[in-house]
Amino acid sequence: MTVMNGGMNRPVRTLSVFFLVLFLALMANATYLQFVKAKDLNDDARNRRVVQAAFSRQRGAILAGKTAVAHSVPSKDQFKFQRVYPKSKEYAPVTGYFSYYSQTGIEHSQNQVLSGDDSRLFVRRLIDLVNNTDPKGGNVELTIDPAVQDAAFNGFKALGDGVEGAAVAIEPSTGRILAMVSTPSFDPNEMADHDVTASTKAYERLLKDPAQPLLNRAIQTTLPPGSTFKLVTAAAAMEDLGMTPDSMVDGRASLKLPQTSHVLHNENNIPCGGDQVTLTRALDRSCNVAFAGVGLKLTDAQLRKQAEKFGFGQTYLTDLSGQATSRFPTTLSPPLRAQSAIGQYEVAATPLQMAMVSSGIANHGVVMTPYVVDRITSSDLDVLDQTNPTELSTAVSPRTAGMLTQMMTSVVDQGTGTPARIPGVQVAGKTGTAQSTAERPPYAWFTGFAPADNPKIAVAVLVESSNTSRDEIAGGALGGPIAKAMMEAVINP
Amino acid sequence: MSAQTWAREFVHRRRRGAELFLLILSLVVGIGGYAAVGLGVDQQVPAGIVGYGGWLAALIIGAHVVVRMVAPYADPVLLPLVAMLNGLGLAVIHRLDLAAGATQNDGYARQQLIWMTIGVILFAITLVSLRDHRIMQRFTYTCGLGAVVLLLLPMLPGIGKSVNGARIWIHVGSMSFQPGEVAKVLLVITFAGYLVLHRDALALAGRRIAGIDLPRGRDLGPILAMWLISLAILVRQSDLGSSLLFFGLFVIMLYIATERRGWIVVGGGLFLGGALVASRFIPHVTARVDIWLHPFDHYQTATGPHSDQLVESMFGMAWGGLLGRGFGNGSPYRISFANSDFIMGAIGEELGLTTVLAVILCYGLIVERGLRTAIICRDDFGKLLAVGLAASFALQVFVVIGGVTRLIPLTGLTTPFLSYGGSSLVANWVIVALLLRVSDHARRPLPDFSFDPGEATTQMVRLPS
Repeated sequence: MTVMNGGMNRPVRTLSVFFLVLFLALMANATYLQFVKAKDLNDDARNRRVVQAAFSRQRGAILAGKTAVAHSVPSKDQFKFQRVYPKSKEYAPVTGYFSYYSQTGIEHSQNQVLSGDDSRLFVRRLIDLVNNTDPKGGNVELTIDPAVQDAAFNGFKALGDGVEGAAVAIEPSTGRILAMVSTPSFDPNEMADHDVTASTKAYERLLKDPAQPLLNRAIQTTLPPGSTFKLVTAAAAMEDLGMTPDSMVDGRASLKLPQTSHVLHNENNIPCGGDQVTLTRALDRSCNVAFAGVGLKLTDAQLRKQAEKFGFGQTYLTDLSGQATSRFPTTLSPPLRAQSAIGQYEVAATPLQMAMVSSGIANHGVVMTPYVVDRITSSDLDVLDQTNPTELSTAVSPRTAGMLTQMMTSVVDQGTGTPARIPGVQVAGKTGTAQSTAERPPYAWFTGFAPADNPKIAVAVLVESSNTSRDEIAGGALGGPIAKAMMEAVINP
Repeated sequence: MSAQTWAREFVHRRRRGAELFLLILSLVVGIGGYAAVGLGVDQQVPAGIVGYGGWLAALIIGAHVVVRMVAPYADPVLLPLVAMLNGLGLAVIHRLDLAAGATQNDGYARQQLIWMTIGVILFAITLVSLRDHRIMQRFTYTCGLGAVVLLLLPMLPGIGKSVNGARIWIHVGSMSFQPGEVAKVLLVITFAGYLVLHRDALALAGRRIAGIDLPRGRDLGPILAMWLISLAILVRQSDLGSSLLFFGLFVIMLYIATERRGWIVVGGGLFLGGALVASRFIPHVTARVDIWLHPFDHYQTATGPHSDQLVESMFGMAWGGLLGRGFGNGSPYRISFANSDFIMGAIGEELGLTTVLAVILCYGLIVERGLRTAIICRDDFGKLLAVGLAASFALQVFVVIGGVTRLIPLTGLTTPFLSYGGSSLVANWVIVALLLRVSDHARRPLPDFSFDPGEATTQMVRLPS
């Protein structure tokens, strides 16, 4: 009896320990999978559950002022909610789209908030969990001023079909982006279609379009800034050479560049109004020879340093992905330096960057970091987070900023920038007409701010191509009215 | 005589009231789960909840009454655990039915409820007809022969059929059946019967190498035969899971019977060798191992082995997180065969890690109750039988849940009581009946006068009337 009872019990106990280890391994592995590794697995791009759920969830709204530019409405099909963009094309460069397969723009960068997964929404999620209600996403309030955005969008619309261009407006004292328009644009509603086939088809059509409607030209394309870059050259001249608006510069019609046979001309090959003119007049008339001469007096390091202080070579916009870096070329021979000083050769800038040049001058030399997300609120509108303005850099001294403002005011009053004049308000500005290749029309630029004495808005407008004939393309004529309308939207609401 | 003294001192109580209470809790899980599925998916309690709940309650209470009548001292925890798992499985299968567009009356859950009914009926028949488990010892070789025949059935042309790469099904008319599930029970009986007779020979002879008693060469015969049979199943039927289960069972029972770790060394070595060779040379196994090591490389690929099922299950479980998405809020239907092999993935997604751990714990408790029965069992055959049945549970659960959660390579086995599948469910109900029968014997107080405890109890019940 003893043998029977005692026998085999020891190995059974050993076996039970072995099984305990097996089951603990199962539990540990399940915990690893569902808790430790869960985030990685949820972040996997191929994980359709996350998208499926995001599609079904009541995603938060994106607001410009009091207007929702993207929100979710109940839907009757397999997903519970449909994403709707009431101001489709106008805000598409900012909102981006939210499709079954991907997101762009704010929909992408603020996805955690909009979907409700952000840690700042934790308490809300907990309440939803306890109440057993479907979790709702948080809202994103943009810095965009609908009036400025409308002005820019309608301004491009007035130029007719086939226009490619972009406009950006910044509040100089804070860096708030008041408008961001890119044309041609796309309709994000098409991408948010619950019919995945239709959505994919729309995406592929947009991708193939030679006009690149999916490109946010305000931040994702860099082009030669042309004469608008003379502001940077003038700033460097004042900071590094001690020049003033009254300093005399070369006013002749052409300049033979050193070390080459190349001759640089003023636009239309006319003189600037004398052999020697003031820097102010040179800027008024946007004289290439004068600024090429200034550029030759500066070293390329000085020019590049000045450009970088305005934001060239940097990534500063974190609210939207894909910001292109504006650039000023490294190491230049004198002839190329002369070309670069007037915004040609390999100098390239985004419209946002040129708006920041104006904005920095307007803000007494201090460039603020641009941002487009103002506040994050919960679904019941509690403010969860607010962006605080931060300085990006000090581009010039307040004195230089004042002198540049004075010169830019003169440009709008009596120079190339007259189309941007606003009655009763002093406007500062600078036009640009950048040459590209002979086959395609030049780019028309305008950048400026207003009111000159108490700047509320700085803008940059780029018109890449339009139906306007080549002769008529001048920064002032094409970009000026759009810039004016945007500035008026803030000054005379 | 110390053991007998101990047995006299400690008398197990019947605890049938505790069992009934736990069974009611298990019904709350089963019927509540079913209602939660309706609420989650259709926003209303399912219309058939009364009929469904009534049926489930009748089955479970019926099983309880049978136990109360014919196995009054049986372990009180086993039946509630099994009832809970079966009820939860039904709810999850019903949820997947709804996702697939089936209604209450034509889904897999309906089928599974019918299989459960058959299972409970066989459970009752087993308990009622088999009053003493030792009778089975007489049928050691009959059971062995039966198991071999059953295992060979799927190989027969005409009734055997290959499903998803594994040839483990037989089809007769419209009925399909996995004979391996029944063979499992028969094999445990065979092993137990064989080992009881030969344990001394297997245990005592041998030589000692490096501190471990290795068996004699001539005693290696049975284990080598079993190993070859397992390999044959693996190669001919591509059934990795059953092969591992049968061989593992045999090695474990051999170790228990002989108390010699040498068998574990020999068995483990044979298994590792077989597994290594198989993973190199059997394409089906190579693919499984490859998917296990690099699941994301085979996800939604155009050619070659697919890991979609495993990766979807992992995505689902991660998506479920700690508390799960809730019934109706996940996409467990993205996992193919979510209602059978991958039911743990569906549970992980919609009910969360919490439920996954609870389910693993329940399986652990079933194994623990089985081993406890073995420890207190008074006869060697019962001991080995209980260990074998508990081990079959433990191994099967480890292999299938480990596979689904990518702890080990995926093998085709059902999750006991949870998965959809008639043969498995019915076989597992019979296993529980056998475990309860052994535990009834083990926990029953020793009679003072009668030699046969079974007879004694019967007479005592009859005397007053």
